[in-house]
Amino acid sequence: MTAAIKIQGVSKNFGPTQVLKNIDLEVAPQTVTCLIGPSGSGKSTLLRCIAFLEEASEGLIQIEGEYLGFTPEGSKRTRLPEQKIRAVRSRIGMVFQQFNLWPHMTALGNVREALVTVRGMPREEADKRALAELDKVGLSHRAHHYPSQLSGGQQQRVAIARALALEPKIMLFDEATSSLDPELTGEVLKVMRDLAASGMTMVVVTHEIGFAASVGSRIVFLDHGELLLQGTPEEVFAKPRHARLDQFLDTYLDRGAASLL
Amino acid sequence: MSLDLALLQEKAPEIASGALITTLIWIGTSITGAALGLIVALLRRYSPKPVGVGLRVYVEVVRGSPFLVQLFLLYYGGPFIGLTLDSIPAAVLSMTLYSAAYYSEIFRGGFEAVPKGHIEAATCVGFTQMQTVRRIILPEMTVLVLPSLVNMAILMLKETAILSIIAVPELTLVVGAIGSQSYAFVEAMLILALTYWALVEICGRLGRFAESRLSKFRFAA
Repeated sequence: MTAAIKIQGVSKNFGPTQVLKNIDLEVAPQTVTCLIGPSGSGKSTLLRCIAFLEEASEGLIQIEGEYLGFTPEGSKRTRLPEQKIRAVRSRIGMVFQQFNLWPHMTALGNVREALVTVRGMPREEADKRALAELDKVGLSHRAHHYPSQLSGGQQQRVAIARALALEPKIMLFDEATSSLDPELTGEVLKVMRDLAASGMTMVVVTHEIGFAASVGSRIVFLDHGELLLQGTPEEVFAKPRHARLDQFLDTYLDRGAASLL
Repeated sequence: MSLDLALLQEKAPEIASGALITTLIWIGTSITGAALGLIVALLRRYSPKPVGVGLRVYVEVVRGSPFLVQLFLLYYGGPFIGLTLDSIPAAVLSMTLYSAAYYSEIFRGGFEAVPKGHIEAATCVGFTQMQTVRRIILPEMTVLVLPSLVNMAILMLKETAILSIIAVPELTLVVGAIGSQSYAFVEAMLILALTYWALVEICGRLGRFAESRLSKFRFAA
């Protein structure tokens, strides 16, 4: 079976600092891969490379067997044309830590926008679709509210609906709950759990170790730009653990999250 | 000494015509100036480097000297390079070129204030750069820069007084002439100040109205 995402030898430099070092990773379809690791470990950068919001300095990324951004040519790689990049990227939906809803559009407008502008769907049909997506995240009653009139958790659910409206094959979550207070985190995690249960291929950068352990099919632990460990939650979290992971998890135990593990 | 209000009543039609010319030039050049400023800002952001450098030079040159000097140079210096303009076209052209430099800086700041994440979200749902500019960046930026645009328009309204030196029959010229012909300077300057103030007040109110209408489009920062 073709991997949903195949990452080969991806490195990323920001100036002289190397934030990703020769990463290889495969994501099987209909699985949930959780990227965990301390701040600055490169997990968000890796996710952004998968969405081609960052261009990997080296290496190749395939989405469902098609190259995204760069294609190999001998030992080198060449950049694909914008149109091709957009076509491959359209299989990916992305959810950000800061929600990034467009403030001048209602919840419905945010979800409808790409259906009309990018897909060329007639507005009425797009409205119907957008409303159905908002309904799935429990927000059809907030369709005509602007982002500034919604709570953080609601904004993030609208952002998820916006991504899902385009029927992506893969959903990427970049610390989707990190800017929410604990009460609102739950409602977003529930939407993500439901999505995982529906068989969506997901890659989730998260600090919610409890979510990773319970929903993740694969756990990937990054540290200083290197992929240190990967495996099922049982394999990765079972004792005896990798020393660096143990150290990382200790910071959570310090914060009273022992019960989650 | 008492204020000669009868004089003002008598000259009301002339004052009104001056005010009308001021208003027309001001509104006209606010539109052309802001439009040119937007084009300059867009080109500086999205066009190849040499174009951007050239436009930056334009902005720096215009900001580097008083409007009075630029108006003189265009009106009296223009004929030397074959550009002979009547006073009103010269006024419109110089106001447009002058204000566009400032408007372009306002828009440039506005572009930079649109959160990068909002643009990335557009990229992720498949927008082209053009679609992102049209659907996301321009509307968001407009909300952000509105107060600065109104402020600039108010400044330009008062700059129109300078047009009197090239004999544009606008408010300051008309009222100034009434003052000197009738030896009623105080009355003239008073009515001048009041008329400008009324125009500024209308502009400010319209701006605040627009701001409050657009406030729900702002993101909670």
